[in-house]
Amino acid sequence: MTTAAEFRKPRTPSGRPVWEEKPTLVGQFGKGVVITAVVLSVLVPLWVVVVTSLSSTDTINAAGGYVFLPREFNPSAYVVIFSGGQVTDAVLVSTIVTVIGTAISLTVTVLAAYGLSRAGTLLHRPILFYFLLTFLIYPGMIPSYLVVTGLGLKDNLLALVVPAAVSAFNLVVLRAFFMGIPQELFDSARIDGAGEVRILLRIVLPLSKAVTAVVGLFYAVGYWNTFFNAVLYLDRNDLQPVQRVLQQFILAGQSPSNAGTGVVLPGIGYSAPPNLAIKMAVVVVTLVPALIVYPFVQRHFTKGVIVGAVKG
Amino acid sequence: MSSSPIVEGAVKPAAPATSATTTLTFGARLRRDWPLILMCVPAMLLLAVFHYLPALGTIIAFQDYNPFAGDTPLDAFLSSEWIGFGNFQYLFETPAFWESVRNTLAITAFQLVFYFPIPILLAILLNSIMSPRLRSFVQSVVYLPHFFSWVLVISLFQMMLGGAGLIAQTARDHGMTAPDFMTNPDTFYFLITSQAIWKDAGWGMIVFLAALAAIDPSLYEASAADGAGRMRRFWHITLPGLRPVIVLLLILRLGDALNVGFEQFFLQREAVGRDAAEVLDTYVYFQGIGVQQWGVGAAAGLVKALVGLLLILGANKVAHKLGEQGIYAKS
Repeated sequence: MTTAAEFRKPRTPSGRPVWEEKPTLVGQFGKGVVITAVVLSVLVPLWVVVVTSLSSTDTINAAGGYVFLPREFNPSAYVVIFSGGQVTDAVLVSTIVTVIGTAISLTVTVLAAYGLSRAGTLLHRPILFYFLLTFLIYPGMIPSYLVVTGLGLKDNLLALVVPAAVSAFNLVVLRAFFMGIPQELFDSARIDGAGEVRILLRIVLPLSKAVTAVVGLFYAVGYWNTFFNAVLYLDRNDLQPVQRVLQQFILAGQSPSNAGTGVVLPGIGYSAPPNLAIKMAVVVVTLVPALIVYPFVQRHFTKGVIVGAVKG
Repeated sequence: MSSSPIVEGAVKPAAPATSATTTLTFGARLRRDWPLILMCVPAMLLLAVFHYLPALGTIIAFQDYNPFAGDTPLDAFLSSEWIGFGNFQYLFETPAFWESVRNTLAITAFQLVFYFPIPILLAILLNSIMSPRLRSFVQSVVYLPHFFSWVLVISLFQMMLGGAGLIAQTARDHGMTAPDFMTNPDTFYFLITSQAIWKDAGWGMIVFLAALAAIDPSLYEASAADGAGRMRRFWHITLPGLRPVIVLLLILRLGDALNVGFEQFFLQREAVGRDAAEVLDTYVYFQGIGVQQWGVGAAAGLVKALVGLLLILGANKVAHKLGEQGIYAKS
């Protein structure tokens, strides 16, 4: 975030511009403490969860509950939750919803963003207004519920996908990026006889891979985190997504149905893991996808978000 | 919505091109642009069905809606009885409704004071880190919780602060008892605000960081040369540089005043009790879907949407009066 002008200024070896006063010791110390505290407040809970999920009964008992210092690597909790049963179902459901939902959302959003990306096209203003109006008009929860159930989507995984399929925010972000692509490219493609679809697939998408990926990942995170729509629309146990299962196990205090009741785990050298390790493993399962996609988005999202947030 | 305010660096068509487009007939433009229009159709349909149709469906707020009055929801809607403002009257006479309004507004006010400044302070702090590597590390870490669901955030809080959580466990090991922060209605506002800060303050910082980066460093240099100290530079350069963004986000926050977030309260309503944790959204849910008073739930939702719309338009007007840009430029 350093501008070119800033680079030209003379700096002290520490990177501080020469005109700036030396930081006071107290100031530096205070800054260090605050930053360390902020970072630790995020990392410590995640650390504790991961370590506990990988601990055996003995370690957990010795620690009196949550484990801070890892003593062993014991994946039996993961073996249990992935050997069939509610958590396995939930992970499957969430994965399916995330993959299908993201595909639908991305397709529809990219199409609309491209369709609106050329100023001066017919009906361009009213259609854009139609999308932007969704920022101001909220559909009520009750009518939404009646519409979705009225369409027969109760206990149907599509109920987690279609109501949330289009986000005008993401559309605006994509459109803004598409509009920044030099118009000469379109003109020359059209002279060469390319139709709109070909221009979109061959020119626009390759040029905007990064921003499209970011928008896709925003959608994906949204689908993976779906919770409330599942409360509203899904009654069947085998259709619950992971966030629902997490709520039932951690917040409502139920025990995982297929876990830790002295079941012998065939073929594995571990004894049945304690309930706590299993619960922590469920937590890890819900947060790991975010951790995996995160490094990829992280480089790009700042710009996209600012374009959308400030100019939208 | 003059020449699309969304677009940064959009290529303005040259003047001759514009006049050429305007001289085209409707038919010619349709022949040229129909593929683009067609591309917008799927998204428009989805929004029509799942956004605008429910928004229209809010009309049942004026009905004694009975889902069993017909075979389909449309049938039921057509044959349900119109009762005018009956649902609203019921709402305004119900103490539970006012309780939820009170909680919602109190929580918004509380968060405005204790949450709103945090991303700004965080951005200023981070901006002062010189080492690019440390800076991007801290940035990555504080953005992270934004991608967690509310269920996960509350679960993590429960595991750290709850009655059986890490802090309580550590306290027990040392022969003390720690209070259970997760079920105490008296400290509920602090709890939810700290959850919101933990989840989103880092993310909220992004816009402020961008605004800080956009401040011309030569301003700092010049004022330092003129003898302005650290505090003066902060007061006269940094803060004015942040002002437009702060105003913009304040307006958006005001427009969202009644939207304190559903899942966070839904998930904790049981643990801390309805008195503290019932907000408008949870009220709508439990009235409408819980006890099946559809009309009343829809009416509460409508009140909420209208007041929110008024708040955001009003705040924007005030911003324009103060000479700020607000959310949309004055047209």
